[in-house]
Amino acid sequence: MLDVALRKMNGNFQIDLAFQSDGAMVTALFGRSGSGKTSVIDMVAGLVRPNEGRVAVDGRVLFDSQRGLDLPPARRRIGYVFQDGRLFPHYTVRGNLVYGMERTPAAERCIRFDSVIEVLGIGPLLDRRPGKLSGGEKQRVAIGRALLTSPRLLLMDEPLASLDGARKAELLPFIARLPGQFGVPILYVSHSTDEVLRLADHLVLLEAGKARDSGTVEEVMSRPSFAAVSGEQDLASVIIATVSDHDPAYGTTHLTFPGGVLRVPLITAEPGRRLRVRIDAGDVMLALTKPSGLSVQNIFAARVSSLRHDNEQVDVGLDLGCALQSRISAQACADLGLAVGMPLFALIKSAAISRSDIAEHEPAMVSQKLGEQET
Amino acid sequence: MLTLTPLEVEALRLSLLVSVWAVATSLPFGILCAWLLARRQFFGKSLFDGLIHLPLVLPPVVVGYALLVSFGRKGIIGGWLYDTLGISFAFNWKGAALASAVIAFPLMVRAIRLSLESVDRGVEAAAATLGAGPVRVFFTITLPLALPGVLAGVILAFARSLSEFGATITFVSNIPGETRTLPLALYGLTQVPSGEAAAFRLCVISVVIALATLIASDALARRIERRMRG
Repeated sequence: MLDVALRKMNGNFQIDLAFQSDGAMVTALFGRSGSGKTSVIDMVAGLVRPNEGRVAVDGRVLFDSQRGLDLPPARRRIGYVFQDGRLFPHYTVRGNLVYGMERTPAAERCIRFDSVIEVLGIGPLLDRRPGKLSGGEKQRVAIGRALLTSPRLLLMDEPLASLDGARKAELLPFIARLPGQFGVPILYVSHSTDEVLRLADHLVLLEAGKARDSGTVEEVMSRPSFAAVSGEQDLASVIIATVSDHDPAYGTTHLTFPGGVLRVPLITAEPGRRLRVRIDAGDVMLALTKPSGLSVQNIFAARVSSLRHDNEQVDVGLDLGCALQSRISAQACADLGLAVGMPLFALIKSAAISRSDIAEHEPAMVSQKLGEQET
Repeated sequence: MLTLTPLEVEALRLSLLVSVWAVATSLPFGILCAWLLARRQFFGKSLFDGLIHLPLVLPPVVVGYALLVSFGRKGIIGGWLYDTLGISFAFNWKGAALASAVIAFPLMVRAIRLSLESVDRGVEAAAATLGAGPVRVFFTITLPLALPGVLAGVILAFARSLSEFGATITFVSNIPGETRTLPLALYGLTQVPSGEAAAFRLCVISVVIALATLIASDALARRIERRMRG
C-alpha cells in the first residue's frame, strides 16, 4: 500500500532507497541519527523534492519523476506529526485542530472531531494556547491535528524523542491505538527499539541513506543487520507470546508461545494479550541434555537450525516451534559439537528479560478499514 | 495655553493625515518587498536591496529632488499619472505623503524583513501538510507570526513620516494648509523674528505625539505577545 523509491543527492550524502510496506498498518523507518530518516519522510510528504523516484500511497501516485508528477504537500493528503510538534502558537488548541480539517473536503472527512478528542484525551485543552501545554500534550494535539485531515497516511517523525521517559510511556499507548481506531496507516520514524517493538508491524532499516533490510518486525529484529544498525552489541530474537496468567506470589507472569511456557518478571498485561518478547541471543544458553537441579526456569526443547560464525562467537539459530537465537563462544560450540539438525535444550533466565523487552502488540489489519471502525 | 492655535491645529492635522496615508499605502508594498528579500533568491537581488535602502543613506533633499523630477506635473511618471488618471502629486498633501512614504520605506522593509526571516519555516511546512496552499500559509501563518515585526515597521515608518522635512520641502514646498506639516511649520516659525514661543509650542506637540506613538505601540506589541504565549 505504501510504495516508496527515492534518490536524492544532498552534498556528499546520498539517499537511495526503495521499500514497500505490503499490508502493514505501521511501518517503522529505523536508523541512527544522520541516517536520513527525516529526509525520507520529508520527501514522502512533499516538503523536500527528490532527484528522482516514485511515491505512491494506496495506489495513488504522489510523486513520479518519470511522469513529471509532483503533488504539492497540500494536495498529498498525508498527515505529518513532527518531532517538535510545530503547533501554531497564534491559534488555540481548537484552532490548531480544525486548521487542516476545515481544508479537507467534507466528503472526505471520515475521522470525526469528537472521537479524536476522546481517544487523545485533549478535550480539556481545547481553549488553551500551545505555549501553555506540556510536551506530551503538545504532541497529542499535533497528532490530533494531523489525524483530523483524514489523511491516507500518517507520518510520525520520532514523536516521542523530545519527551522524558514518563511522558513517553504516557503517549505510547495513544499512538498504539491509532491504526486500529482510525484505520490510518502510519510511517513511523524512530531509533528506539522499544517503540518499534510496541508499535510497528513492518520494519525498514535505514543506514547511511540506504535501506539495509526490510520485513516484518519479528524477522528483521532477529537478524544481524538489526543488531548492526541499532548499535546493540548482541543479536536478539523477537518472539510472539500470549499472556496466560500471573503469579504475583513469585513475581512472575507466564506466557505461552510455540515453544512452551515462558516465565518472565511480573507485568501488567491482562491474560490473553498478545505480546512481543525480545530475547538477547547472549541470554540464551544451550545444553545437550535436559538439565536438572538448576535455578533456570525456562527450559525448552529445541533443534539447531543454523550456525553462523562471527569471529570468536557463534550465532546459533534454534527452532523450538518458533525461531530463537543463541550466541555462544566458538569454544563452547566446538565443545558441544553443535551441528545443524541437532536436538538440544535452550535455557533462558527469567530475570534476563526486562520489562522493556516486552511489548504489547496487537497488529491492526489493513482490511480493518473505516467502515468497521468502532464508533 | 492648553488650546491649540489654528496654525497648530492645521499643521497637526496635516502631519497626521500625511503620515497615516504614507504608512497605509506603502505597507502592502513594504510587506511584498520584505518577503522578496527574506524568502526569494533572484537575479539582481543585491541591486534591489540597495535601491530600497537608498532613501536611508541619501540626503532627503536628493530624494525630494528626484521625486520632483519624476513625479512633478511635468515629470516622467507624474505627467503620465496626471494625463491618464488625473492624479497629481505636485504641491499638495498627496505629494507630501509620497515623499514621507519613500523616505520611511527602508525602515519599514527592514523591520518586516527581519521578522519574516525569524518565522519558523517548519511551522509553515506543517500548515502545508495540513492542506494549506502557499497563499493561505502566508496569510494564516507567516504574516500573523511576523506581526510584531510588521507593527515595529509601521511605527518606525510612522515616526519617520512625522519628522519628514527635507524631501517634503524640496518636492512639494511649504504651502499652508497643503504641505505645511509640523516640522515645516516649525521651520517657518524659526525663520521669522518673535516666532520662538510658537516654535517652542510646536516642539512640545511633536514630543507629545512621538511619545504617545511609542507608548501605544509598546502596549500593542505586548498584547500581541500575550496572545501568542496564550
